Amino acid sequence: MLEVERINSFYGKAHVLRDLSLSVPKSNVVALLGRNGAGKTTTLKSIMQLVRPTTGSITFQGRSIAGSQPHKVAKLGLGYVPEERRIFTDLTVAENLLVGKQPPREGAVTWSEDMLFDLFPNLAERRNNRGKALSGGEQQMLTIARTLMGNPSFVLLDEPSEGVAPVIVEQMARVIQQLKSEGLTVLLSEQNLHFAQAVADLVVIIESGVQVYNGTLAELNSHPEIRDAYLAA
Amino acid sequence: MEFFVAQILTGLANASSLFLVACGLSLIFGVTRIVNFAHGSLYMLGAYIGYSLMQVLPGGVGFWGSIILAGVAVGIIGVLIEMLVLRPVYRAPELFQLVATFGVILVIQDLTLIIWGPEDLLGPRAPGLRGVFRIMGEPIPKYDIVLLVITPFVALGLWYLITQTRLGVLVRAATQDREMVGALGVNQVWLFTGVFALGSALAGLGGALQLPKGGADLLMDFNILAPVFVVVVIGGMGSLPGAYLAAIIISVLNVFGVTYLPQSTLVLMFIVMIVVLMIRPYGLFGREEVAGEHGQVGEPEDPIKPASSRARLIIALGIAALAFLPLYGSSFSQVLATDVMIFCLFAASLHFLLGLGGLVSFGHAAYYGGGAYVAALLVTHLNSSMEIAFMLAPIGAGLAALAIGWVCLRLTGVYFAMLTLAFAQLLWSLVFQWGDVTGGDDGLVNIWPSDWLNETTVYFYFTMLFAIGGILVLRHIAHSPFGYALRAARDSKRQAETMGIDTHKVQLLAFGFAGLMGGLAGALFVFSKGSVFPNELEIARSFDALIVVFLGGVKTLAGGVVGAGFFKGIEETLTRFEYWRLVMGLLIIGVVILAPNGIVGSLRKFVRRLRGVSEGEGA
Ligand SMILES: Nc1ncnc2c1ncn2[C@@H]1O[C@H](COP(=O)(O)OP(=O)(O)OP(=O)(O)O)[C@@H](O)[C@H]1O
Ligand SMILES: [Mg+2]
Repeated sequence: MLEVERINSFYGKAHVLRDLSLSVPKSNVVALLGRNGAGKTTTLKSIMQLVRPTTGSITFQGRSIAGSQPHKVAKLGLGYVPEERRIFTDLTVAENLLVGKQPPREGAVTWSEDMLFDLFPNLAERRNNRGKALSGGEQQMLTIARTLMGNPSFVLLDEPSEGVAPVIVEQMARVIQQLKSEGLTVLLSEQNLHFAQAVADLVVIIESGVQVYNGTLAELNSHPEIRDAYLAA
Repeated sequence: MEFFVAQILTGLANASSLFLVACGLSLIFGVTRIVNFAHGSLYMLGAYIGYSLMQVLPGGVGFWGSIILAGVAVGIIGVLIEMLVLRPVYRAPELFQLVATFGVILVIQDLTLIIWGPEDLLGPRAPGLRGVFRIMGEPIPKYDIVLLVITPFVALGLWYLITQTRLGVLVRAATQDREMVGALGVNQVWLFTGVFALGSALAGLGGALQLPKGGADLLMDFNILAPVFVVVVIGGMGSLPGAYLAAIIISVLNVFGVTYLPQSTLVLMFIVMIVVLMIRPYGLFGREEVAGEHGQVGEPEDPIKPASSRARLIIALGIAALAFLPLYGSSFSQVLATDVMIFCLFAASLHFLLGLGGLVSFGHAAYYGGGAYVAALLVTHLNSSMEIAFMLAPIGAGLAALAIGWVCLRLTGVYFAMLTLAFAQLLWSLVFQWGDVTGGDDGLVNIWPSDWLNETTVYFYFTMLFAIGGILVLRHIAHSPFGYALRAARDSKRQAETMGIDTHKVQLLAFGFAGLMGGLAGALFVFSKGSVFPNELEIARSFDALIVVFLGGVKTLAGGVVGAGFFKGIEETLTRFEYWRLVMGLLIIGVVILAPNGIVGSLRKFVRRLRGVSEGEGA
């Protein structure tokens, strides 16, 4: 569904992604693993065109999106859940969801506020609270819910387990499984191997912006040396 | 008591336009992060367009219809400005956008002059609202009462739009993190355009609404800027209720000021502002501005290098060519060269603050004009000798800069910039209103240098000594430990502080020093011309310096100097034409869009690219 081929991305003069390729099949969850600073976030931003890769190609559902605008990429059905959450802190939960709202899309679930409140019951009672009043876990849920309001067929999910309580991480894993069963495709950036184990079908590992492993979760589990070499303990 | 109430009512009525204009400015800034200097020009256009419409549309319906149509027309003009001028520079650093909007001001000034002519226009009275109402025995113009009543409704309408509609939600979201809004599928381009249209329309509406009270004239654009900035700063950037409250405070105060302290009206406004900022640094309802919060990483800057030996040679040759000018140049060319050198020093002092310190001062003319006035006042009132006055002028300007810097440096970013401009306006209004001492609009004349200097060629060398000396001192300091500390404070306050640098002190000293050098330029100026007028303190003069630094390129030390030479050259050529502002404005906009690194910066880039190509071929 998404093909990234040999992209190179820079921050100013810092060369962060080097000839990186990866592919995400439809209705799969692909975990993008790697240490701090490996380039996971940059990969997701490059797909979203928030960072412009200088070379290489990115195709989504057969369409080239390299060089496009982020809002156009979003309109094609790619949802982006950023790492630092970036909810609108002065807006209420309901207003945050309203910002994400997009028209229904063929081949994807059409989300309503109520459906999202079923998915994330904690948010329902916080409907009229401002974003800054939410806890870290609630903010993380809100970021995901806000992106789902755009009825994406594909979600780029950046470290949803980072800095949230273990119960919430479990809840998050259940949510991702549910979304997958409804046909959503996910590219998940993670450092938490347990979390990735719980949801992923395929794994890509990167190190210093270079792909060092690409395979199924089962294969990775049978090669502990790879795990030890490229992932933090 | 009756009188008191009447005063308050008049103040409330006056708050109307101010609120609308300030609100528009604040809205535009919130979403686009652009301080739209041309906002005053849009206000002026609203007044002129409203005036013309009222000439053709009859009766009460015509009058109110004209006001609304003027708002719509200015909204459309705003869209054009946004699409043609601002869109290409959204990703550029702040200063480019400011300079671009300044270009727009110049263009609008001349277009207005061409279309409506130079005479002030007396605004028509609102049909059916000619007389006064008696409130507690005091006469209040009926139109004032109407204004006073409709403003809260307009405010309420805006409030509804911002808080209760999806557009408003998007606007507020974009105010916080526009990149995220884009990533959620919202086309920011049209959001920006929409907000610009709305903000412009509000300015136009404000201009048209005040027609029966103030008419239309060509100075409206700059005159409204300072009060609007003050309102926005007091109310808090981006806050609607804040803008409303602040507009009321300022307007009511102004009405009382006119009654009790007629010469201090403008000064009062600033005193209130300073008091508010002391207590609430981000205004009554404002939040702290976090600059470049998300995704606004610029290109990393090349470290400033000491001049290469070749560059030194070129500079030395240039200075030599200048030094021998009296041998081959006419007396006129010496006068011109004197002007250029003075302006170079002025620009270099701003460059020091802006390029090195990252402190965007919008009011640098305060120190240039301030220095000139210190010298002129000493000569006029104390019969001081030229030498003493010349020495005290930079010191006076430097002290003023320290005092003003102390207040302004409590704030950062756009608040800082607006405050510096407001203070410059304060000085201007002091000079303008305090005619007994400063000569007001007539300026101070007969400020000639001592006999030994009173000759074009001698004064030329005198200027050369101080201007080039001053620039070299600025350069020297840029490469001294102080210069490094200043740059460290600019790049990362926190890191600089962990290195033991007292950033506030460093920046304050830099501000004072830049003021001192500006004052030196002003002192050189006043004795070269023999007179000084308030326009050496006005916003336009501050902008001249900003444009010069921009033209030269913020990142290059040579920038200020080259820019000044270029600017004076163009000005000298253009001012011979009647509509030079129009040409200048278009030129500025062109440079902003085509050569965003400034002249020196773009040349360097070009040279580097040429070299890169030839090296590539060699390999
Ligand atoms: N805005 C930026 N400017 C300059 N360098 C950056 C920027 N953002 C990231 N980098 C650098 O790019 C590299 C990759 O960063 P990235 O954020 O993609 O890593 P990551 O794998 O997401 O790390 P983490 O697990 O900590 O989130 C790092 O070396 C980082 O320092
Ligand atoms: Mg990351």
